[in-house]
Amino acid sequence: MSATFTIARRELHALFLSPLAWAVLAVIQAIAAYLFLGRVNDFLNVQTMLSRVPNAPGVTDFVVAPLFGSVSIILLMVVPLLSMRMIADERRTGTLTLLLSAPVSMSEIVIGKFLGLFAFLCLMVAMITCMPLSLEAGTHLDLGKLAAGVLGLVLMLGAFAAAGLFMSAMTSQPVVAAVGSFGLLLLLWILSFAGNFGNEALGHVLSYLSLVKHFQGLVKGEVVSTDVVYYVLVIILFLALGIRRLDADRLQR
Amino acid sequence: MADDEVLIRVEGLYRYYDNHCAVDNVSFELRKGEILGFLGPNGAGKSTTMQILTGNLAPSQGRVEIAGYDILDQPRAAKAALGYLPEKPPVYPDLTVDEFLHYCARLNRVPRGDIPGARDNAKARCGLSDVGRRLIGNLSKGYQQRVGIAQAIIHNPHVVILDEPTVGLDPIQIREIRTLITELGRNHSVILSTHILPEVQSTCDRVQIIHRGRLVFADSLSGLTERMRSESLLVRLSAPPQDAVLAAIPGVGGVEHRADGSLRLMHAAADDPAAEVARQAVHNGWGLSELTPERKSLEQIFVELTASDEPAPSGGDAQEAAA
Repeated sequence: MSATFTIARRELHALFLSPLAWAVLAVIQAIAAYLFLGRVNDFLNVQTMLSRVPNAPGVTDFVVAPLFGSVSIILLMVVPLLSMRMIADERRTGTLTLLLSAPVSMSEIVIGKFLGLFAFLCLMVAMITCMPLSLEAGTHLDLGKLAAGVLGLVLMLGAFAAAGLFMSAMTSQPVVAAVGSFGLLLLLWILSFAGNFGNEALGHVLSYLSLVKHFQGLVKGEVVSTDVVYYVLVIILFLALGIRRLDADRLQR
Repeated sequence: MADDEVLIRVEGLYRYYDNHCAVDNVSFELRKGEILGFLGPNGAGKSTTMQILTGNLAPSQGRVEIAGYDILDQPRAAKAALGYLPEKPPVYPDLTVDEFLHYCARLNRVPRGDIPGARDNAKARCGLSDVGRRLIGNLSKGYQQRVGIAQAIIHNPHVVILDEPTVGLDPIQIREIRTLITELGRNHSVILSTHILPEVQSTCDRVQIIHRGRLVFADSLSGLTERMRSESLLVRLSAPPQDAVLAAIPGVGGVEHRADGSLRLMHAAADDPAAEVARQAVHNGWGLSELTPERKSLEQIFVELTASDEPAPSGGDAQEAAA
């Protein structure tokens, strides 16, 4: 298990050695700040109106849910850029051999890389969460709802990272991995509204499999165990596929 | 650990790529303290064999044991006992030498407290002590190669496998690396794959030549020297006698006149007539000015073994021909 954390630390370190991670953090933070300020401004405008409505959405509903929703869509495009190099680049430059000839199992390699990327994404979520949290200074936030939103975002990003890692394990071209994982994630995203092909039951299944469907509840503050389990299963599925794919390198026909 | 313990045991190794057989029934053993030179032309299966030995590639058939552990059944224990430098040194250009070696030591489960010592030792052995804080990406090819070697020996493995370790080094570095390999050979088993034939003669105890996936030669260096022993003498005489007189000397099997006026006397490998030729030359006043045993170079043996049959076909031809 220690090898897993050694690899995770190395991946996190490697992300910060490249300007990409810094650029991503800066850009995402700037965009999130713009969205956040926009929502806060809107809330201030409608606040008086809302105070007269019974059961009106509070500041947490009004600011946090849309903020996290938008951030998840932006990260759908960004996570593939972060995950693309993780295995593909090591395969291309031959450094994968270093891991494969060390006393480290395939699962440790893949899980270690996943944890490294996941730690980075959690850091990003923490930075974004600081913004709504700062409202606590002037008003009362529903911290439970905020926590549910953070959980949803973290789980969603975990699924993004696992899928991106899997696509990175498929190829030795980082750019191909990025395009592949972006396509895969987008497909999983739009399953819920891409139509049901004239079949009601199929439509339900597709919509249930969609990444968005399970996110919406969480971000509204409804923590349902099936939603959490859904994301955990997606993560496990893609990690398992990644491990299998890496093992196939060794077997090669 | 016993001194003659077998550290690498390879039994009946096969590896197919589709129909192409890249490694064909390779078996050998390597004991502690031996350095094995692994020779072969390009595409002969050297690198494939090494990848199988190090667990980077699964064999189609056969067994590999490293320090008593099967590479497929107990990969963790087997891999902990080996260090591998592939053809392309597996180094991260964005790390410094120290950071990289630290990472390698952690991957190979060197206990945390021993890492600085192991790292400094590996650096000292590979001549990297002055560049510890430099980025690997900024080092020259030769230094990157050394970092690759340092990576392979940092956990003090029983078995060290080096795939063309001296490629890209200058002559002084090559000498240093050869000394290092000889030194490693005292306490480890070393497999050295190379194209450079003198390297084998200067460092290895045993030589194996692989050709089209098969081991065509496997012997100790002394066996190789035996094989390189002359089967002819070059003789220069200012007053040569009739050929028949020379041919009558015991052991001489034939006489050949060379363009430069010297003579070549053929003989059986076991029966060297040089002393008798010299004695008679002096006795009969033939004016002996040169008497040289002709040695076969390793290169000639290599060429003989690897060029003996038709040029290597591309994958699948052998099967088609058989069908």
